[in-house]
Amino acid sequence: MEELDSEPTVTLIPGVNSQKKQMCFDWGPGEMLVCETSFNKKEKSDMVPGCPFIHIIRKNEDVYSQILRKLFNESHGIFVGLQRLEEELTGKSRKTQLVRVSKNYRSVIRACLEEMHQLAIAGKDPAIGRQFSIQVSSLSAMELIWNLCEILFIEVAPAGPLLLHLLDWVQLHVCEVDSLSADVLGSENPSKHERFWNLPGNTQTLTELELKWQHWHEECERHLQDGTFASSPHLESLCKVMLGDEAALLEQKGLLSTWYHFLVTRLLYSHPTVKPTDLHFYAQSSLDLFLGGESSPEPLDNILMAAFEFDIHQVIKECSIALSNWWFVAHLTDLLDHCKLLQSHNLYFGSNMREFLLLEYASGLFAHHSLWQLGVDYFDHCPELGRVSLELHIERIPLSTEQKALKVLRVCEQRQMTEQVRSICKILAMKAVRNNRLGSALSWSIRAKDAAFATLVSDRFLRDYCERGCFSDLDLIDNLGPAMMLSDRLTFLGKYREFHRLYGEKRFVDAASLLLSLMTSQIAPRSFWMTLLTDALPLLEQKQVIFSAEQTYELMRCLEDLTSERPVRGEPDAQQLQDDDVETTKVEMLRLALARNLARSIIKEGSLEGS
Amino acid sequence: MEEIYAKFVSQKISKTRWRPVPPGSLQTTETFATGSWDNEENYVSLWSIGDFGNLDSDGGFEGDHQLLCDIRHHGDVMDLQFFDQERIVAASSTGCVTVFLHHPNNQTLSVTQQWTAARHHTGPGSPSCSSAPCTGIACSNPEIVTVGEDGRINLFRADHKEAIRTIDNADSSTLHAVTFLRTPEILTVNSIGQLKIWDFRQQGNEPSQILSLTGDRVPLHCVDRHPNQQHVVATGGQDGMLSIWDVRQGTMPVSLLKAHEAEMWEVHFHPSNPDHLFTCSEDGSLWHWDASTDVPEKSSLFYQGGRNSTFLSHSISNQANVHQSLISSWLITDPTKDRIEITSLLPNRTLSVNSLDVLGPCLVCGTDAEAIYVTRQLFS
Repeated sequence: MEELDSEPTVTLIPGVNSQKKQMCFDWGPGEMLVCETSFNKKEKSDMVPGCPFIHIIRKNEDVYSQILRKLFNESHGIFVGLQRLEEELTGKSRKTQLVRVSKNYRSVIRACLEEMHQLAIAGKDPAIGRQFSIQVSSLSAMELIWNLCEILFIEVAPAGPLLLHLLDWVQLHVCEVDSLSADVLGSENPSKHERFWNLPGNTQTLTELELKWQHWHEECERHLQDGTFASSPHLESLCKVMLGDEAALLEQKGLLSTWYHFLVTRLLYSHPTVKPTDLHFYAQSSLDLFLGGESSPEPLDNILMAAFEFDIHQVIKECSIALSNWWFVAHLTDLLDHCKLLQSHNLYFGSNMREFLLLEYASGLFAHHSLWQLGVDYFDHCPELGRVSLELHIERIPLSTEQKALKVLRVCEQRQMTEQVRSICKILAMKAVRNNRLGSALSWSIRAKDAAFATLVSDRFLRDYCERGCFSDLDLIDNLGPAMMLSDRLTFLGKYREFHRLYGEKRFVDAASLLLSLMTSQIAPRSFWMTLLTDALPLLEQKQVIFSAEQTYELMRCLEDLTSERPVRGEPDAQQLQDDDVETTKVEMLRLALARNLARSIIKEGSLEGS
Repeated sequence: MEEIYAKFVSQKISKTRWRPVPPGSLQTTETFATGSWDNEENYVSLWSIGDFGNLDSDGGFEGDHQLLCDIRHHGDVMDLQFFDQERIVAASSTGCVTVFLHHPNNQTLSVTQQWTAARHHTGPGSPSCSSAPCTGIACSNPEIVTVGEDGRINLFRADHKEAIRTIDNADSSTLHAVTFLRTPEILTVNSIGQLKIWDFRQQGNEPSQILSLTGDRVPLHCVDRHPNQQHVVATGGQDGMLSIWDVRQGTMPVSLLKAHEAEMWEVHFHPSNPDHLFTCSEDGSLWHWDASTDVPEKSSLFYQGGRNSTFLSHSISNQANVHQSLISSWLITDPTKDRIEITSLLPNRTLSVNSLDVLGPCLVCGTDAEAIYVTRQLFS
């Protein structure tokens, strides 16, 4: 647990002259941003060169973060499984399921604990070993608290089995810390109480047990009074302990490592059939007796006390303050919420506590370069603000490779986040266009169903064609398939290429009608009409008549449309005059060719076949 | 299919590959390599599967695969292949291709060769040469072929500093995967749903054959060639569709099988039992497709057996005249004789399964949930 009575460590920011300049900072989910401001510390403005960088400061968790990642990943699996637990399970079977989930969580914590413990004792560097040990004790405390919460809140053990569970709890945790002392005291207890409780049965009612215990207790007292053990002071104090004599127990304080060990031992010998609601009396007095006014309770003690008092909110609140990450409180609160133990505790922005904690935890995961994929599932199960948080976070994941982008897109598509899909695809398509990967750009715009971008890509292709006189990336254009329908420009591109292909195959009549339809159906951009008409020239000049009279009229109409639109320019300069010349020549040639073709086609259509 | 072991390894696994056994050896494989991705420091690691019965009493260490050695890798590991017994080739998201050598005596990995500048974008907007991720590798000793997001194909030979052959602008979109068909021929798949066959004996920069999907041009992510019949190829697409192609016949797939709900990342024919096919996907599942026709009691269209078998719709494109002299069960086009049994191998749904590999009775796969699953009893 974090102690606040040690001096905070000082971290120097390289490049920033902290003597002269002031720094500003901002907290993020797991990191802090720091940069230099232009405010000087002293009044006189020294012209000190400023530091232009923004620094990211992060706690050095490299040491144990590898093992904690296993905790995050495994618990993610358990979390998702818990959410999918069907609502129809009620009563006992649901409770068994929930207890099993709780035990799963705890076993994951224990596994990490074990691994870290191994590393702590095996490591050679004492500083790293210390860090590991701190983390080990932190995890150990977490498991302790979780276990107690499981017994009190999830298992909801009634009087009788309650003490058994508490005994297990203490044994589990005390034994691992100090096995030697526990052996001495612990070994006495099981033999005595196993004989006594008759464990497998549990068919006895509470009253029967109470009677039996009463009987046994009286017998012990009688032995003490009769002085049976007078000869051996050791045995006598043992008898006193078994009678639950507080003073005797306190004498063994050295062997009882913690106040809750004291509490449970005390309960075992004086009030074994303690009811859950009475626990907190004994807990408070045990704590006071054990500490004896020498030391004040630590955060862990306060948390356990709150648990004994069945104040769940207090437990969660104290844990949030004491522990350094949200993992523990988020998962525990979620589990308790599934047990229907938390009333909707309205926080000031409206969502309940479980959701608040899960959102905090998931935001922290998104700040990690790798664990963001886990965060997605947590956001999914926050009904109020989860989706909107996910939308904000998912757009900001840095996309270094296409494969990562595909995974992010899949997440968005599965949740119908069309805006995010569109914006991510647009970013990727722009990058592709800049790198001259027009095929990739097109495939991204197809995925986002982004007609505007498809038009942009097609324009690029057409521009390349005009500049170079041939198409690049024929493999793409020839194989557009149904994607061609995405945008008009794209359809035009496909059809135009088809025209070239038909021409290459010498299927002139088909090519001609295709060319004409491209113009008349308005899918060709106006700027391209000149090129199309120029393409028609060789067809007009062929020996055989290809364009019919009707078609020739159409072509003429298009040409007139085009030329009549020419804006009147002001002061033409030399280059423009030259361009105009070229244009005029082209138009004249076209007019001539069209007129000649018209003549020929009229004659051809007018004459009889074979004459 | 029993007993699959999982182990959480604190890194997202992008590729897993079994080490090949020496030819003629009767042993099963015991070592596999993994590559990680999306970490600030990525690693290529070698793992060993020990003897069974090593289960720890504590729940944490269920898997019996142990880390042998690892080495830092710059950038995400985009593809990983064993070049031979000791050498591993890795493709990086920085565009770099690295050959690692494993030293068995002291269990370390070291870099023996690296081709760094092989992959870049050129274009009016890109500053000089911005690097492009390398997405796929195919090895056929002594040659290594790589493809990447820049649409370029590079042919390397081990121990040669420069690329032997480069096909620039082989594709206007991203090439996702590559495999050898016959030694001078390779097959690539791209993100506009096309398969292209390239012949290195020819000088030009044009593919010798292009095949593509009908309908939507869904990007294809993975490809694998049938071990015995070099004209049969399986591909997996972005919509989770599995397609089987016969590259001698026509330009369309022979069969299309609707499989996963999300991108299919890898498809593998089993190298010694090619009637078995394995696929893994972004939807977190790993499927075993069993098309063996020697078990009489399998009923025709309904799939049973296995813990989580699923019924699939099966659509076949019109392919006439499949030459029947050497029938592969994958090329059967008659639905009434169809007998593919599908089993899901992972016990519960997880995050994306990025990679799988099969060799003999062993299967390994790696997931985005930072877990590696291994089984040594694939056909029990």
